Amino acid sequence: MVSTRREFIKIGGTGVGAVALGSGVTTKWWGLDRDVVPDPRTDGDQVIPSFCELCFWKCGILAHVRDGKVTKIVGNPEHPLSRGHLCPRGTGGVGLLYDPDRLKKPLLRRSKKRGGQEFEEVSWEKALDFTAEKLLRIKKTCGPEKVALFSHGYGGTFFKHLLFAYGSGNVTAPSYGQCRGPREVGFQLTFGSPVGSPEVLDIANSRCITLVGSHLGENMHNTQVQDFARAVANGATVIVVDPRYSTAAGKARYWLPIKPGTDLALLLAWAHVIVAEGLYDREYVEKYATGFDELKKHLEDKTPEWAWAETSIAPELIVETARVIAGARPASLVHPGRHTTWYGDDVQRSRAIAILNALLGSWGRRGGFFIPTSMSVPPYPVPPYAAPAKTAQDHPDGVVYPFADEVLSHGVCDATIPGRVGGPGCPIKGWIVYGTNLIQALPQRQQTLDAIQHLELLVAIDVLPAEITGYADVVLPEATYLERWDDVGPTPWSEPFLAIRQPVVPPLAESKPGWWIAKELANRMDLGSYFPWDDAEKMVVARLEKGGVDVKALRTKGVLRGKKVPVTTEDGLELAFGTATKKIELYSARMAEAGLPPLPPYTRHPQPADGQFRLLFGRTPTHTFGRTTNNRFLSEVYAENEVWMNARAARERGLANGDEVVLVNQDGVRSQPTRLKATQRIRPDCVFVVHGYGHESPGLRFAKGRGLDDSRLVTKVEVDPVAGSTGMSVNFVTVEKAGAAAAAAPAAEA
Amino acid sequence: MSAATTTASRRYVMTVDTRQCVGCKACVLACKGENAVPDGFCRDWVVEEVRGEFPVLSAEIRSERCNHCTEAPCVKNCPTGASWVAEGGTVLVTHGKCSGCKACISACPYDARFVHPDGYVDKCTFCLHRVQKGLMPACVTVCPTGTLTFGDAHDPDSAVSRLLRTRKSKVAHPESGAEPNLYFLV
Repeated sequence: MVSTRREFIKIGGTGVGAVALGSGVTTKWWGLDRDVVPDPRTDGDQVIPSFCELCFWKCGILAHVRDGKVTKIVGNPEHPLSRGHLCPRGTGGVGLLYDPDRLKKPLLRRSKKRGGQEFEEVSWEKALDFTAEKLLRIKKTCGPEKVALFSHGYGGTFFKHLLFAYGSGNVTAPSYGQCRGPREVGFQLTFGSPVGSPEVLDIANSRCITLVGSHLGENMHNTQVQDFARAVANGATVIVVDPRYSTAAGKARYWLPIKPGTDLALLLAWAHVIVAEGLYDREYVEKYATGFDELKKHLEDKTPEWAWAETSIAPELIVETARVIAGARPASLVHPGRHTTWYGDDVQRSRAIAILNALLGSWGRRGGFFIPTSMSVPPYPVPPYAAPAKTAQDHPDGVVYPFADEVLSHGVCDATIPGRVGGPGCPIKGWIVYGTNLIQALPQRQQTLDAIQHLELLVAIDVLPAEITGYADVVLPEATYLERWDDVGPTPWSEPFLAIRQPVVPPLAESKPGWWIAKELANRMDLGSYFPWDDAEKMVVARLEKGGVDVKALRTKGVLRGKKVPVTTEDGLELAFGTATKKIELYSARMAEAGLPPLPPYTRHPQPADGQFRLLFGRTPTHTFGRTTNNRFLSEVYAENEVWMNARAARERGLANGDEVVLVNQDGVRSQPTRLKATQRIRPDCVFVVHGYGHESPGLRFAKGRGLDDSRLVTKVEVDPVAGSTGMSVNFVTVEKAGAAAAAAPAAEA
Repeated sequence: MSAATTTASRRYVMTVDTRQCVGCKACVLACKGENAVPDGFCRDWVVEEVRGEFPVLSAEIRSERCNHCTEAPCVKNCPTGASWVAEGGTVLVTHGKCSGCKACISACPYDARFVHPDGYVDKCTFCLHRVQKGLMPACVTVCPTGTLTFGDAHDPDSAVSRLLRTRKSKVAHPESGAEPNLYFLV
């Protein structure tokens, strides 16, 4: 920011300012003007509460509306997830609402091939008729389970409902198999509960916070960052394990710049020290856990000296940090992370994190993990679904992953390509894609594109013309979260609360709320009985009234909070576990039965060869990956990603800070050019970029051509044998100066 | 604001806790929204300074803005009287009096001012329009990390006074003699 500020001044001063100088002198006798405190008049004549959708955390907002226009969005002080504060993205909702590139009318594909980018604007009637007719045809010829829904975002509930009513259980999201899936499976196997979103972490009361590759502060989940800052202010010890000196590392007492791919060795060595030195919570483990003896045996040879050779972290430091971590228990949490699909043994790594937390006795404890509570609302009565909850269509390469609790998106992709799938019957024929840009969200793009060409129907429901809409047969423009009702549902958290999503302004152009689109499709497919409400407002109000909720108060305040209940043992909660043994399963008999290692083994992953760098990706605080990179308001502070590279490594290659560079991966795939950030803040064996840039959709007029698209370089994945999720931090790149002759791609390391 | 001091005797200051700031720039965007700051401009910004060589590093993150200096060079150097000192020592610009000559921009040690597309010089106002209604500046309100605290340094019971008493602090460019009122807690 600081380097560009002078530029701003120069531009403002020499251009527009000079023109205005003339008018100022000639039209005003400025000496006589009264001094007044300037009021920008952005306060609304109406202030309407709702909750945010710039990411998926669901923070309470207050939208100021003045003369029918949203002037600003602020945090709702009543809402337990925002507490009156917002992350930068929350403020930026205005930039989404008034994005000039928004989808405005339904579109039908005219080009022969999907992706040809030729569309015809059509009426809603025509677009919906077309979609329903195609869906009915697939149902008749192949069966309803041959349609899948990819859905990301709160508004997806209506489409999930539609798909279940239609008869398919193929509801999926890349946020599982390409993001948090392994973590949920690892914790489910250990504690009998997933971590969930928002994560059930009592960070605010923690005395020691250990982050393994989780970059809080750049990953801006509001409440979590609030709690993190509060804990730092209260003197909590922060330990950061990250190849990059993240923002959180800058707050840490210990930064362990680990060799990428070796985290599991460090986790096991920590557990080794904690067990060997008797630093674990013996009483807690005896009372609540099973398999301690097996664990102890498993850890015997996982010494700090052993881990040193793998991780590059000195053994003394491993011992010291293990003692610090254990010294703060039970208010010591090893953060489970969120994006955890890294190397293909990600469930095992998540299991190791879960086991460490069990040893610390931090599950169900103040300053550790709380057991969430929620305020529920009775359902609206509808006929029972015809479909099973999950069908067997999603097996990547035909392999079944018994611990995958959700349908795998890349498995659905596989199941769409004839001859590749293990699921029964003919391939998947139809995709409904709601609010997720599969082109950037899924790895191995060529496979996604192949699958798309085999479809009989691709429907995209979105707010912006993300790349996936360019491949659709029909594009249905949805109203933004500020223009629509959504369903009402509980958010599990440390206190019970209920929040409402209600429109702040009417939908712009011809965009329509998701509930309306789903209902219209249902009506056309003889599924109207599943959508018996006139509109979503009536449906939500009916549910609330049935549940005895004060509807008026909820609509006025945006949130209602229930009576606090115990969520940790310190509050008086009795711990219970949803595992088969009703205990914390340090040793997982279920995994053993499935032929999987019941205790986390260490796997040595390939490392980049000389001249290669491991490609790592992550977040910047102002963006939710590609979802927001066209948001001009948010882009005022971060408009283009850069390649982080160790300064010395850059110098050795004749590269300098600010150079335009291109990344070339092990398969010869080249990135778009972007600037190099030569920095001390990263190891010399990896590079880092912020995910979600390098858009190519012509409709994203702001984002198109800015930065590089890291997902294009993720041609290789390591599939996790437990969860079926795709480890994606396994791609190696070389870094070239942009414009340099394209060198032959180096061979991938065996 | 406490009733302990009258409007005239207040001295508004802001503290920025560099230990808590994560540099998310929520302050920058909330300010832009609140004050309808035009595209391409901002009234506050974030500086990240990293020192050392891999792997021995330290970082400091600061949310910066106009320092509302007690001896404000911008006010002294303004030929038209457009820059003036309002309640609590807040430095403001009366748009109609500003000719856009940029003498204040040259004089400011903090690079805090810019020429608004409408021709006048613009900058942080400490959101005085909000403060007068008993609200906090927009950046303080939005901040998810509790980094920013605003108040009256002449009121010994104010949060800023307590922080300045109990925490080590520094200002930017103390040598300027401008007596800035933005304090960085370290």
